[in-house]
Amino acid sequence: MPIKELREELKKKIIDQLNLEDFSVSDIEDDDALFGDGLGLDSIDALELIVMLDKDYGIQLTDPKEGKEVFKSITVLAEYIAERTNK
Amino acid sequence: MHVRNSKISLNYNILFEDGAEEFKDFIKIAYKALGIDYPKFFKMDNLSKLALIAADVLIQNMENIDENTAIILSNRASSLDTDRKHQESISDIDNYYPSPSVFVYTLPNICIGEICIKHQLFSENSFYIFENFNPNHLWLQSEYLLKTGKANKVICGWVDFDDSNYDAFLYAVEKNGDFDNSIENIKKLYLCQ
Repeated sequence: MPIKELREELKKKIIDQLNLEDFSVSDIEDDDALFGDGLGLDSIDALELIVMLDKDYGIQLTDPKEGKEVFKSITVLAEYIAERTNK
Repeated sequence: MHVRNSKISLNYNILFEDGAEEFKDFIKIAYKALGIDYPKFFKMDNLSKLALIAADVLIQNMENIDENTAIILSNRASSLDTDRKHQESISDIDNYYPSPSVFVYTLPNICIGEICIKHQLFSENSFYIFENFNPNHLWLQSEYLLKTGKANKVICGWVDFDDSNYDAFLYAVEKNGDFDNSIENIKKLYLCQ
């Protein structure tokens, strides 16, 4: 899957699975911060993203430090997935 | 105040009514119609959504609510609606992906936490499971909290959700307040439509 499509797919999944009712795909910029001042995700959302990585992409994230970097933005997350799945 | 039969009412007046058959549709429309702005609402389970809307309506109409307000809630179904969802997610060992955001709601008292977080209430709280609405227990607990000075006000009630059935009834009591905190009155108010 081209990286651009993967980014769009991730935005849809994040909106659906994290119940971001007030957001649409077009509201999320590729480089927006997912946590903190960006989408305002919390610690439970982080756990949900870890489950999503495992369930949908077969990637198991076990190092908390790695998670902090991987979930920085859609751009970073998509690149991380692409490197490990050749999508 | 009541939330039942697709209606939200306060002091015998219907504040909101909608024909939506499904709870998820009804509560979402109610959230928007009541002008509540709290994005975390959409991440909550059904029981917490029901409790939060009910508490919001009640608190908006309370005078001088302060952080020393206790909450005592009760129901029949505990968190069974969410428990079932969690159970489904862990029943297949080959497809074992429990959702953290579902799991955190597998206790009924979490809905009290959601109310306390939104309204910054820091007093006592407890959640009880009964077969039926139990005015005696609510009366006893609220009187204890007020008479021992552990709380200035107490929000009490019944918040039940199971399958597609829901029923919320909340009221507020305070020391020397206008509310008639007698078992008979609590029972009468609960039975009002």
